[in-house]
Amino acid sequence: MGNLINENGLRLDGRRPDEMRNIVAKAGILKNADGSGYFEFGNTKAIAGVFGPRPIPKFLEEKERSVLTTIYYMAPFSTKERTPPTPSRRSKEISLVIQRALESVIFLEEFPKTTIDVYIEIIRADASTRCAAINATSIALADAGIPMRDLVSSVSVGKVDGTIVLDIAGKEDEEGEVDIPIAYVPRKKEITLLQMDGILTKEELKNAIDLAIKGCKIVYQKQKEALSKKYEEIELEDLLGEKNGKEY
Amino acid sequence: MENQEEEKIKQRKLVLPGDELGYGIAGAGTYIDKGIVISKIVGLADERNGIKFVIPLCGVYNPKKGDGIIGIIKDIVSSKWIVDINSPYSAALSLSEAVNEFIDLTKDDLTRYYDINDIIFAKVLNVSKNKSVNLTMKDKRCRKLYGGILIKVTPSKVPRIIGKKGSMVEMIKEKTNCQIVVGQNGLIWIKGENSRLAAEAILKVEGYAHKTGLTDKIKEFLDSKISEKLKEKKEEEYDIDIEIIEER
Repeated sequence: MGNLINENGLRLDGRRPDEMRNIVAKAGILKNADGSGYFEFGNTKAIAGVFGPRPIPKFLEEKERSVLTTIYYMAPFSTKERTPPTPSRRSKEISLVIQRALESVIFLEEFPKTTIDVYIEIIRADASTRCAAINATSIALADAGIPMRDLVSSVSVGKVDGTIVLDIAGKEDEEGEVDIPIAYVPRKKEITLLQMDGILTKEELKNAIDLAIKGCKIVYQKQKEALSKKYEEIELEDLLGEKNGKEY
Repeated sequence: MENQEEEKIKQRKLVLPGDELGYGIAGAGTYIDKGIVISKIVGLADERNGIKFVIPLCGVYNPKKGDGIIGIIKDIVSSKWIVDINSPYSAALSLSEAVNEFIDLTKDDLTRYYDINDIIFAKVLNVSKNKSVNLTMKDKRCRKLYGGILIKVTPSKVPRIIGKKGSMVEMIKEKTNCQIVVGQNGLIWIKGENSRLAAEAILKVEGYAHKTGLTDKIKEFLDSKISEKLKEKKEEEYDIDIEIIEER
């Protein structure tokens, strides 16, 4: 303890407390899914694939709305020590938490008696995997053409060495005092996910949430860029070339 | 006329879920929040008679009354056919809507009219609120489609494939000398010698649907492919000629 933030106020990887890791966002990376997204926070990498709306077995269906099913899965090679590929208590909880965070922005009532299946794969984990998963899923849902009120952006904040920091990574996750993942809907200014382990005072929590909202706005921009890039990159000049029209 | 259409597409802007379209009446693909129209899908924003709407770039087919669609017969139950219409919902084609003559269900075999895996062009008769879809064959365009190939495109791009007053599809028909039937649900049936080429052209239209000046490019593409084919044919004929000469 006490060595996570140096005397210059910089963190282990040289970031300032309110600085985020490098973000990479992509849309439409899986060919066989109806919609897909990729999101990367430094070394945390998540892929999400959306299938549907598609028919659902009769005993599971809802008469007046669609059912959103999310499956969060950590690849065995994603962590330093091998993660067993069986569904764990943790992955079930995160699946549910992601589902709850996204359900409120989707117009589920437009597709009664169907299901929207989301499969999320964490291919490399380095803290705040559920945030990366929410961001990737949000891109994937929009890419699949599913009507949404807004995109959901997510980022984690925490307390390390007594300082509130944005986007927890690596050792900060293991040795830090507090970890708070937050999912935020920028248009409505709504928080759809807030979890916390550790202890914070009321003031600190307020500051932490403010910092997280700032981070979410950066993520939101990146998500939008990723989605528009998918369509803007296509040039009519490629049409006569080797490229097939379907592979964009 | 074509130029006007192209110009109109040029004015359309790419919007993402949560993007504001300004004050007005909310049309398809939008919702209203505190008087402001907001997009709920990835698409191209447009306005007509004060109604703001978004033309989707992706998504599944949602059946609508009066649509002409292509379906595949999946099942035969007591007095109706179950049809797969490339949508989360399957459709029913009842006996009275399909056949004009009297059928004695105790004696006649329904496969005589439509068998499983038959392809039909049908019209959506009605869609109930809980999405049970009924079809009808009582329209002059409705018929069974024999032979040919069936391709799948994104349903929202069908208007672009048809073009203004059918300009695009008519051009492809003319150039490739194929029969083409386009269903509103994204299934396209093609029959003819050059059906592969026509399919390729249609998939190109789908991939570049949001670009301007597409009709001319597709024309160029088809011309180049057809001239290549003719050249090959001529060479073949030439080879045969030489052989004959040598025999002599």
